[in-house]
Amino acid sequence: MIQTSLTRAAGIVLTVAATLSAAPAFAQVDLSGWWVREAHTDNGYSREPVDLLGIPVSEDGRAKALSYDIASLSATERQCQMYPPFYALTGPFGFQVASELDPVTQKLVAWKIAGWIDRDATTVWMDGRPHPSRYAPHSHGGFTTGAWDGDTLTAVTTHFKMGDIKRHTSFSSDRATLTYRFTRRDDMLTVTGILEDPVYLAEPYVLTDVFRLDSGGNPLPLTACEPIEELPRLHENPGLVPHYLPGKNPWVNELTEHRNIPIEAVLGGPATMYPEFRKTIKDTYVPPPRCTQDCGVPQR
Amino acid sequence: MRNAADRRTGRVLGAIVCAVLGLAAADRLDAQRGNAPPAARPSPRAAAPIDLTGYWVSIVTQDWRWRMVTPARGDYRGVPTTAEARTVADAWDPAADEAAGQACRSYGAPAIMSVPGRVRIGWEDDSTLKVEADAGMQMRLLRFGNRPSGAAPSWQGDSAAEWQFSRGNVPLVLRPALRAARDEPSPPSRSGSLKVVTTNLRPGYLRKNGVPYSGNAILTEYWELFKRSNGEQWLTITSLVEDPQYLREPRLIAIPFKKEPDGAKWDPTSCSARW
Repeated sequence: MIQTSLTRAAGIVLTVAATLSAAPAFAQVDLSGWWVREAHTDNGYSREPVDLLGIPVSEDGRAKALSYDIASLSATERQCQMYPPFYALTGPFGFQVASELDPVTQKLVAWKIAGWIDRDATTVWMDGRPHPSRYAPHSHGGFTTGAWDGDTLTAVTTHFKMGDIKRHTSFSSDRATLTYRFTRRDDMLTVTGILEDPVYLAEPYVLTDVFRLDSGGNPLPLTACEPIEELPRLHENPGLVPHYLPGKNPWVNELTEHRNIPIEAVLGGPATMYPEFRKTIKDTYVPPPRCTQDCGVPQR
Repeated sequence: MRNAADRRTGRVLGAIVCAVLGLAAADRLDAQRGNAPPAARPSPRAAAPIDLTGYWVSIVTQDWRWRMVTPARGDYRGVPTTAEARTVADAWDPAADEAAGQACRSYGAPAIMSVPGRVRIGWEDDSTLKVEADAGMQMRLLRFGNRPSGAAPSWQGDSAAEWQFSRGNVPLVLRPALRAARDEPSPPSRSGSLKVVTTNLRPGYLRKNGVPYSGNAILTEYWELFKRSNGEQWLTITSLVEDPQYLREPRLIAIPFKKEPDGAKWDPTSCSARW
């Protein structure tokens, strides 16, 4: 009996001592939850087919963008093509984050950013594994590793396929690298994306956005995609590849005609994202007449 | 017999518990006070977990059509305006603003960090960060220690600043014996961010085209610095504007800046109500 009491008491003593004398518990920032886009920026916004405003495209990136015909997404083989990870910042939707723990040690192995209709899932490996060889297969979601920088999760994604980074207006190649930073403050998540691409970008493309935690979020799961007949002309002629030849994109002047934005800005490039670019258009820009369409008046 | 033995055991164990508790508590107290006389608290400048000083250029990759050019009257997209705000914005009259000496209405604190340009950050004194913008030649004073200026409402208002220090951030391991050496937190790093709350504002515009904020607006910002392996330094300012009069919900954006080596491109320009 005395032995039992001693054992029990010793357990209590050790527990109390461990609790008091150990280093403080190092709680981890929890990123899990459903994060909704506030839509207070134009990141998820694209109305005009040619809109490279502020995107540091290279010459090749501009040529790629101007050759693009959105009808190509209706081709049978492209209907299920997903967007690259950067689309989490430029798409219209939010994203769901979940943690994956080692079942034995309960240590965090990865953060999982769930897929959404047309964006592949991204797994942010936190266990120190290396990125695969540059010749390894690429996926739509890519391969991502993460590490903490203070309270901010920094993640680096490689090995993702070429894809649309700004809602049908510009592209990243399969040699691109995306660096994310996720900083949570209460129910607010600031995400910074730095996209680098030696093929289609002349400088890093940096975008930021802020998301809100939504405890009642109801994300749509990524489900199997099944191609259907979207455009009869493509179905009848499977060899047709919708595109525009150089100099033939019919939408290139739309932003200029509707919003008076000079063509040199519409076509993007690194210079367009720096403040001094304003000087080059100051004397030619005339504010458009009163906005009458798509002006941000809430729907009733 | 059994009760007597139990009582003895209880007394012994009680003494042990008290001793351990005392030692542990003393250890924690020592750790907190460093077993030395209390030192004077470092100034905000000395305690800064990040160095924001220098020249920064805003990188305009988002909201280009609303920031780099003056948008059309009535274009409120992206701003969660109330009906009253839209009425005010529809009456936007830049000529009247100029005539009233209010050409700087779109350069107030809730808007200035979105205005394309460069900012120069330095310490005004050990408790005040000075942020100057070349666009509109504006100056913000971010005061640590809750020191209201007592001044009349202004374009840049009163900004209360505080450092937010990062926590050690390693996985919480339920079985400490399984924690690997590399899981231990690094020594308290001097990383963190800056929180700034700005009030006492003069009514102004969130956008050049007259989308308003009121004098009761509250601006909360988080300034976060990060360095890249290639040596680049970036600053992200998360900005939250609350204004129930003109905003249906808080406006929430984040603005990236890139550090520049010097002020070679610093270009002070006056406020403009039209451009």
